[in-house]
Amino acid sequence: MEGGAILAELRARFGDAVVETHAHRGDHTAVVTREALGEVLGHCRDDARLAFDVLMDLTAVDVSKLPGREDGPRFEVVYHLYSLRHNHRLRLKVRVSEDDPVVPTAVPLWPIADWLEREVWDMFGVRFQGHPALRRLLLYEEFVGHPLRKDYPVNRRQPLIGPRT
Amino acid sequence: MGVGSFFTSKLDEAIGWARKYSIFQYPFVTACCGMEYMATACSHYDIDRFGAGLPRFSPRQADVLFVVGTISHKMAPVLKRVYDQMTEPKWVVAFGVCTCTGGFYDNYATVQGIDTIIPVDVYIPGCPPRPESVIDGLMKLQEKIAAGTQRF
Repeated sequence: MEGGAILAELRARFGDAVVETHAHRGDHTAVVTREALGEVLGHCRDDARLAFDVLMDLTAVDVSKLPGREDGPRFEVVYHLYSLRHNHRLRLKVRVSEDDPVVPTAVPLWPIADWLEREVWDMFGVRFQGHPALRRLLLYEEFVGHPLRKDYPVNRRQPLIGPRT
Repeated sequence: MGVGSFFTSKLDEAIGWARKYSIFQYPFVTACCGMEYMATACSHYDIDRFGAGLPRFSPRQADVLFVVGTISHKMAPVLKRVYDQMTEPKWVVAFGVCTCTGGFYDNYATVQGIDTIIPVDVYIPGCPPRPESVIDGLMKLQEKIAAGTQRF
């Protein structure tokens, strides 16, 4: 299925839940609401014509320092989907605010989301509701803060910890 | 100068001489500098000819801790533990800029020099250091071992 047709299909099916779509040089992006996210992801994986069986990447972006985006929702959680059967791709985004940085988990749909969501929690502090064990992945448990947030000071040093007992 | 003190200083030298030619290294290799370390250990540069090339991956059986590569805060407790488990006398070589100073990683993850955790005897700069620099550093360490007051 061609990317533009996928976006049209999502718009027809989910209506206002698709906030915005974007196409650039063969890359197609849809921004969806958080409320509809679980349903959209499930549809993308299970619909025979879409059949996105691979979650290639799941990450987040802190847009608080992006010109023109300072006042909007602070985080974008980004899903990169790929279909092995049809050889097509889709990027899905969902915007969440700093006050309520919670997104439904994608672990039941794609098990790889387990570690990816833990990484996003680790680095950005975005929580995933329903995740089986949302613990830090790259950093250690004692780390304070989320270093890929744009307001995390680049020079801040965490206190060194001794050997664990 | 009594006979005893004269004898002690000579014994110091003898032990220092023996120690500098019987170094067992613990290579704590974490990053790209490890390639350079391997190059130094291979036949072209042959670190073995200094009596200093035997790697032992057990802290109990090593004299010199070679910290080769970037040390992150997550790794720091492990490095500290390895150092603590080494028996005296022990020495530490910081290999490469990341180990010496954090290198170009000025960020939340990287230890800005391992001397914030453990004492360091010789710093080998470079990113990565050439084998010649490594051998130079090693010889400096050998001089230091031989010249120091030996505890035994």
